[in-house]
Amino acid sequence: MSLLQIRDMTHFFGGLRAVYDFNLNLEEGELVGLIGPNGAGKTTIFNLVTGAYKPSEGQVQFNGNNLVGLRPHQITAQGIARTFQTIRLWNELTVLDNICIARASRIKYSLLDSILHGPKYRKEEKEIKEQAMALLAVFGLEKDAQELAKNMPYGAQRRVEIARALATEPQLLLLDEPAAGMNPGEIGDLMDFIQRIRQEFDLTIWIIEHQMRVIMNICERIKVIDFGETIAGGTPGEIQDNPRVIEAYLGEEVF
Amino acid sequence: MKKFYLPLIVLLLFVAVIGGSWLRLFNEYWELVLLFMGINIILTVSLNLVNGYMGEFSCGHAGFMAVGAYVAGILTVWLFADDKVFGLPVLPAAWAIPLFPVALIIGAIAAALVGLLVAIPSFRTRGDYLAIITLAVNYIIKSAIENMEVIGGPRGFVGMKRVMNGMADVFDAPWLLIWTFIGMIVTILIIRNFVSSTLGKGVEAIREDEIAAELMSVNTHRVKLIAFMLSCGLAGLAGGLFAHGPGGYINPGTFTILKSTEVMVMVYLGGMGSISGSIISAIGFTLLLEVLRPLGLYKWVVIPLLLVVMMLRRPTGILGNKELTDVFPRLRVIFGSKEESYVSASN
Repeated sequence: MSLLQIRDMTHFFGGLRAVYDFNLNLEEGELVGLIGPNGAGKTTIFNLVTGAYKPSEGQVQFNGNNLVGLRPHQITAQGIARTFQTIRLWNELTVLDNICIARASRIKYSLLDSILHGPKYRKEEKEIKEQAMALLAVFGLEKDAQELAKNMPYGAQRRVEIARALATEPQLLLLDEPAAGMNPGEIGDLMDFIQRIRQEFDLTIWIIEHQMRVIMNICERIKVIDFGETIAGGTPGEIQDNPRVIEAYLGEEVF
Repeated sequence: MKKFYLPLIVLLLFVAVIGGSWLRLFNEYWELVLLFMGINIILTVSLNLVNGYMGEFSCGHAGFMAVGAYVAGILTVWLFADDKVFGLPVLPAAWAIPLFPVALIIGAIAAALVGLLVAIPSFRTRGDYLAIITLAVNYIIKSAIENMEVIGGPRGFVGMKRVMNGMADVFDAPWLLIWTFIGMIVTILIIRNFVSSTLGKGVEAIREDEIAAELMSVNTHRVKLIAFMLSCGLAGLAGGLFAHGPGGYINPGTFTILKSTEVMVMVYLGGMGSISGSIISAIGFTLLLEVLRPLGLYKWVVIPLLLVVMMLRRPTGILGNKELTDVFPRLRVIFGSKEESYVSASN
């Protein structure tokens, strides 16, 4: 059984058809890319899968469980985490708090415990902090734990965002343009980094990216959409030679 | 050893205030000022949870205060006082001593339940729209009370004085001041503990980016429900204490938008998302009102002016969203520090 199954997912914004009959099967451990020109509906697909929007039609199943109609935090609790196209950290909070709060759905203590600060609370909070520090160590961010998120440099903020997504203990990680705003050197580091966390955290990764260097190098399979419709799918090699893909990108020097 | 400093200081303060009152060291005027300070601290710290930490704009705090005031007041008068409406006391006056805090808690719970009214629209709207809704709730509560003739309608509700006198006759102690002090400490502890927990920090995540909070596993509906109900419940507690004040009299006119504004002013003056700031500003503002009393009505010209200057010079309030311990690190010896838990976790 596939990890994520999307069947005929369609979404309308009023009269605008943003996504039409989108289908995808993600197998465990895959690294799949989603590309398309600006405004093709890529981020909308991520928003539909994570519950930020509710699909007008179609089914989304994760590990065999239906996701349509669940609230975003419930979907995250099932094991899907994401990053955002524009960084959406909680700016006035510390890096450590950004990571800790992402574990909210794993909290077992009650509201009363959080007010009384009993032994159960202290034990669990200690675990949350330890796990968060361990995660920051993986990202080389442990010395910045007490820094406010807004004070971190851009590249580090991207890493904090990925760390925050991993703090939710996902099986599937959705990366929305992780290389946006990075220079070629940083992009190289990012590719290594994505491969590393994929191994280390046993992840299935689905990535939206405009940098063809990233997509063609790390993805095993690519889906191409334009105006909400799927126009191609296959290995990086197949996609590069596909006339419809070239047409959709006409005028842009892509490959 | 550090751990014992703060409880010791609180205990000393408690002994000084209550002991002083018991031995009649303060006159009635100062006792009243102390009482209002305690009540204002409860109101300010509780509103700060919603307006400061959560970044929502609730401007109906006085409405929830009214619910607590009327529920607690009616309960104690019905149970312990000879009253025109409720007849002879149901229970002997001696019972009032243990049951007084229970009445306060019931008032707080009633206010928290009304707080649900605010929490539910907050799921769908925020900012200006939520401000309008909370304003409306404030007016609804006030008008509802005005139209209930049984509890005095617009004339107000009396009788709490007899309850307090009854308690003092059984055992002479400044009961109201004692419970105000305890209520104040409990409020500060509840809010401080809640916002320092990972569950409670979800409140701040909502302020910073609500959509990201929901997508990153914070159950925003639940967190908002908790924050609103806690905040409103504690406002109800303040109301219950207020109702048993020296006049022993409450009327719906007290709990208007003006009172809500007063609490908001104290929150913004102290700094949003700062508990110590709220405490300082509640004490300072109460004192300021008293200091400027000789000016009569002009007080309400001078105070807003001071606020305007304050907002121009220091728009984040006295402490911004820092705590006193961030500004004066030496105070950590007394209050402990946020980093302490982090250091112990990393060791």
